[in-house]
Formats: sequence, C-alpha cells, structure tokens
Amino acid sequence: MVKKFTAKVITTNRLLEGDAVYLTRDGIWSPEFGDAELFTDPAGASLALETANRQTLLHVGAYFADAETDPSGRPSPTHYRERLRSMGPSNYCHGKQAERANV
Amino acid sequence: MYKYSEFDEFFVRRRVEEFRDQVRRRLDGSLTEDEFKPLRLKNGLYLQLHAYMLRVAIPYGTFDSRQMRQLADIADKWDKGYGHFTTRQNIQFNWPKLADVPAILDALADVDMHAIQTSGNCIRNVTADHFAGAAADEIADPRPTAELLRQWSTDHPEFQYLPRKFKIAVSGSSRDRAVTKAHDIGLRSIRDAGGSPGYEVLIGGGLGRTPMIGAVVREFLPESELLAYVESILRVYNLHGRRDNKYKARLKILVHETGIEKLSREIEAEFAERKKWFAGVDPELIEALKSAFKPPEFNLSRTGAFERRLEKDSGFRAWADTNLFEHRCSAYSIATVSLKPIGGTPGDASANQMRALADIAERLGHDEIRASHEQNIILPHIRKDDLPEAYDVLAASGLQTANFGLVSDIIACPGMDYCALATARSIPIAQEISRRFAALGIEREIGSMKIKISGCINACGHHHVGHIGILGLERAGVENYQITLGGDATETAALGDRAGRGFSADELIPALERLVEAYLRLRDSCRETFLEAYRRLGPEPFRAALYPETGKLAA
Amino acid sequence: MAVIVRDQGFSKDDLDGRSFIGMEDAEISEDLSLAIELPNHADLPALKTLLPKIGAIRINFPNFGDGRGFSIATKLRHMGYAGRLRASGHVIADQYALARRSGFDEIEIDDELAARQPENQWISGKDWKSGSYQDRLLKTELAPTR
Repeated sequence: MVKKFTAKVITTNRLLEGDAVYLTRDGIWSPEFGDAELFTDPAGASLALETANRQTLLHVGAYFADAETDPSGRPSPTHYRERLRSMGPSNYCHGKQAERANV
Repeated sequence: MYKYSEFDEFFVRRRVEEFRDQVRRRLDGSLTEDEFKPLRLKNGLYLQLHAYMLRVAIPYGTFDSRQMRQLADIADKWDKGYGHFTTRQNIQFNWPKLADVPAILDALADVDMHAIQTSGNCIRNVTADHFAGAAADEIADPRPTAELLRQWSTDHPEFQYLPRKFKIAVSGSSRDRAVTKAHDIGLRSIRDAGGSPGYEVLIGGGLGRTPMIGAVVREFLPESELLAYVESILRVYNLHGRRDNKYKARLKILVHETGIEKLSREIEAEFAERKKWFAGVDPELIEALKSAFKPPEFNLSRTGAFERRLEKDSGFRAWADTNLFEHRCSAYSIATVSLKPIGGTPGDASANQMRALADIAERLGHDEIRASHEQNIILPHIRKDDLPEAYDVLAASGLQTANFGLVSDIIACPGMDYCALATARSIPIAQEISRRFAALGIEREIGSMKIKISGCINACGHHHVGHIGILGLERAGVENYQITLGGDATETAALGDRAGRGFSADELIPALERLVEAYLRLRDSCRETFLEAYRRLGPEPFRAALYPETGKLAA
Repeated sequence: MAVIVRDQGFSKDDLDGRSFIGMEDAEISEDLSLAIELPNHADLPALKTLLPKIGAIRINFPNFGDGRGFSIATKLRHMGYAGRLRASGHVIADQYALARRSGFDEIEIDDELAARQPENQWISGKDWKSGSYQDRLLKTELAPTR
C-alpha cells in the first residue's frame, strides 16, 4: 500500500533573529505560515528542501511541517507543535500573535 | 559572597570576545551550524521554538542586588521585560537576538556573571542548597565547595565534549534541598570519625528518560582530595560513557550497565593514578573560598514588630506561616518569595519585580538573594522585625503569594510554549491547577504538596520526584498527561510510580481533584501529608480515585 | 594533503611519508622511534611498555563532538609520554586551546577544513597559555615536561 503523501510546508528558524519562518512560492522566507508554499508531491518537496538547505547563512536548517489548506485557501499547520510555533506561547501575547496584533 | 578575582574577570571577558568571534565566524561561514551549535550551547544559548533563549548561570543560586538589577535591565533592554527562573538555579531570557547576545554577555560580565556551561555536553552550572549559609540545620556551607567546583569545571580542557551533560549538586545539611540524589554527582558534607571534613559522594542519579536515584560511590572523601576524585569520575565517564545513543549517554546508564562496585573500582584505580600527579589544591585558596562565604554580621536586636504585625494582619500571618523557614540565628528568618502567583507562569519575574527584590535584599537582607531549584526566590537573611516592611514591598509588586510548599507552588518547565524539545505544554497546566485549587479554597487544608510538571521525557520539571508528577506527551496528535505518584526530592528521595493511562488536558484537572479529594478523605489526621498517606496506603486507593471507571468495571 | 596546525600556524606534515602503525604492529617492531596511531578508545595500560620506543602518537577524532581524545592525551602525558602527540580528524579551530592544554602538540586537519577555517582562526586570540582555572587550582601539580 502506498502511503498518501501529507501536504507539507518548508520551515526553519532564521539564524540572526531566531524566529520561525516559512518558504514561500517566491522562494523567500515569510514569518507567516499562511504565506508558505504548500507542497503536495514528494519529489517537488524534496527538491525544494534541498535547495532551501543550501542557504546555510540565512537559517539553521529547514525541515518539513505537515499542513492542510484552511477555509481561506491558505496553508495551516496540522500539528499542535507547529501551530504553537506559528503563533507564540500561550501564557503571554508574545511572538507572532503579538506582531499580528500590532499590524 | 564570592567576589570575582582578577582572573575571573579576565577569563569571563576573554570568553565574551571568543563568543563574539564565533558568532562572526558562523555568519561568514567559517563555522557550520553543526559546529556552532555546541559552541553557543556552552555559552548558554539555545534556539527554541520562537526565538533564541539565553540561560544565565547563577552559580549555586547565590547572587546580590546589583546582579539582580542588571538581570532586570537586560530583561528590559534585550528581552520582553521579564525573566524565567529555572529548576537549575538559572535564569532564562526567552527572546534575545543572536546579534545582541555578545552585548548581553558583556552586561553580565559587568556584574560578575556569565552564561558559561549552562548547556551543552559539559559540566553544568553547579547547584547547591538554596538555604546555604542560613539554615538552622546546616552542617557546612556548601558554597565554598560549589565555587571550587565551578572554577575547576570551567573550561576544563578534558571535559568540554563529554558523552552528555553532567550535573553536580552540593548539600551541607542532613536535609537535602538540592536534590543531590538526582544528579550525576551528589556531594554531601560530612565529617569522619576523627572530625575531619569531607564528603559522602553519590553518582549516577538523574531524571530524564531513565530516572535513577544516585548510589554512594565513596562513603567518605577527604575534603582535600575532592578535585582529584571528581576528575577521576569524569575521566572514567568521558572515556567509557556511551556515545552511540544520546538517551543512554548519561553517567547513570554507565553506572547501571557496569554496576556500581565495578565502576567504583575503575574510579579508584584512576584516582590512584591521578593522585600521583596531584599535590592538592593550595590550602590558602580553600581558606579564601571559605572566608568569602562567611556569614554577614547579624543584628540580634528585637523590637517586636514581627509579632505585632502577625497579630493584626491575617494576610501577613498566612505568608509568615508558609513562606518563612528557621534561620540559624533566632532573630532572623529565611523568606521564600513565591514566583507562583495564582494563575501565573511558575518561575517568571518581571523586571520591576526583580528590582523590588533587589531593593529588599539591599536594604533589609544583607544584600543576599538566592534562586531555588523550586523556581522561587529566597531572601536568606531577613531580620524578623524587618519582615513586615519586606512584606509590604513584596505586596506592592505582586510577590506576596503565601503558597510556599502548597499545591499551587508548582515546578513547571517551559514546555512546548517555548521549548523545542517539548512534546506538550506545561505552563497552561500549572496555571489551571493553581487557579482550580485556589478557587476551591482548600490549599491550606491540603497542606504540603509538591506538584512537578515536565513537558517531555527529559524531565526538566522534575516530575519523577514530585509527590504528584505530571509528564506531558503526545498521543495521537494531541497533548496527553501521565501522572506519577509518591515521588520525593529530599533526603528520602524516591521516584514516583506511574499511576496508569494518561489524561487529555481537559481530563487532567478533574482527575487531580479526585486524587486530592481521596487524599483528604483517606489521611489519618490533618497532619498526615499526601506523601505520608501515599507511603502508608500504597498506590491503589489513589489509582482508584484517578480511574473510577476501572473500579466500577471490577465491581 | 594534510595541514598540520601548531602554535606557529599552518605547516606541511614533516612526518609525511612515515606511516603511523597500529599497536599490534608496534609490539613486534624493532624501530626505536615509532609513530603509532591510536583510536580514541585505546587501552592505554597495554601501551605502557611500548612508550619508551614511541616518538609520535596520532589520536583520531571521528567527530569534533567526541571528546575522548582529550582524556587519552591527558592520560598519556600522566603516563610519562613525552614524545609528539597529534590529534587528527575533525577537530575545529575552537578546540585548539583545549587540545594543547590536554597535552597535544599539534593537530592534523584536511584541506577542506583548512580552507574554511584558515590559519588566523587557529592562532589569533587562541592564546592557550594565558591562564586557566585548572592551572590556578592545580598549580602545585607536578606537570610532565614537554
């Protein structure tokens, strides 16, 4: 049985800032999970990860995060770890959730 | 208190420059991320979920008002206005930027502080009894030993790339407040039959994936042979500790797999060799360390202000009842300042709270502050009659929570709200437990209760040695919490027993409520603590309370 | 080509062409200035009788995170070994001072690492003799000469 490929985004933490970022369709890193390119085929995903991991001076090493499409059509995390990472801690309004509130 | 020597100052500054250079070399590609990572970890810098995290050493938990104020300034200038006190007597900043870290390290060096060896596979910041130098039950102040070990272990050329981290704790009392039995090396000050000072040495304790209580490897080690002996333990570990699996790389696994008798012989053989080259530490240096920790000059006068306030203020009375501990000098108390406000994040202090604590310490506390592994702040020397004034300053900063040792005085690691290793959140669980029992108003009725929460198997929240331990794991894509019962972190150390299947976050609080209700029902008097009741009755009645459905099935 | 790092900087390998042999071969050799290769899990007591006829020892670091070599070097010096002691493999510039302080004389690195971490990174600011806690605490130690 061939296991169905779970859609993925590529993510890492920026070397200088340390914050979580996501690879967009334009090949740049966005702080928003929703901006990420959603990979639905394994070959394309692997190739993109390999390319991303050549940017060793920008980030600390990229990896796949499982994702699904939310009702607005943007990718969103399926696992609670990546959900927390894309928002910020639950005890204070710090991190991305605070940055969003300030926009 | 120990003041930096010229060499300490020189060393710490040189280290900051070295790290500044390492950051530069990471950014220009000279160092790969794999190479840079252990270097930044040895300087206390982690990369967590949302940001870098800097873990600053507070050696053996002892610091002063100047240092506390600098931590507050660092929190304001480079972080988000607060710091997090940890179970390793350290303080962590959750939001620094890589480029700012060398400047933060410089600011620490300005007040004789550093972040060296607070992480990485090396000998970590040495911890000690947080009541050191103040407790009435103390035999010897553990801090001269801890400072000696800090110096010896700092940048030790042989032991910077060990199989895994290595933790040493020192206690100078018959009461163990330093969890010495859960450290790679636990040292307890004792005297031999002739009255000479020395240590009982335990090795191989540790929590984490395979929790173990340390075993005695030397019943008496003369004080003067400490470094040679500890060095021998480390050398045997460095050469023979497992490196094939990071979960089997701690000393406890080597002790377990080799056997304490055989390993003890190997250490003694190494020690015999080592001693040939070791003429001992300069006795003058030992004496200088001891005199650095001489007690302050206590003011023995009494005015009765303490008793007068007790009489008329129930809030103060409640605080004095739980948060004070017997000082070696009867006119004084050791005050624990709880960093566990109801519904708050265990161990967090805002910059302004840090400044308030610094003010009290400077004005009323012989300028001494301690960070405890229970994530509270200790003011070790407050004259009883100054306690009302100290309490008012605490109250003005929201630091007057009267819950030391109670159910809401919870140890919790940062968990998945911050930590990259975590498998579940800890902080919201601690917040909810604290709110729930405060709302029920039964905290004082429950009495002594140590709840300890870890957000992963690494057990930074010491869950194995909590009276009630909570371990957060992932189960089928959601957070799930396992409960252990009957753990003990003191001189009667014990690992808790796993109660049974885990609970979802929603099920957990009601389950704990049933557990506590069962205890209140089952105890033989209001003086029998949860731990005593558990030891008397065994796990069954408590399991039945946690899992009422299994009881029904059996019936 | 290997690069040898010493206090003076990078140099060519003056032991090039000499082969480092294993302990078993060393036992039967009649050479009076042996160069031997030791793994970082070597059984040192077995080496004791051989030490007088060894002129150089090379200890391999399989990766820079494996610090057994530092203890092996210290033990060899404590056993009285006064010949050349070389670390080879994955040792990074940031470990140079540790290696020297543990008893190594020199480090053998490959060209890739030498290019990525050039000479100045190994010698600049790596003043390993400028003092350490261990020297201060253990200064009464009878340090072996080298």
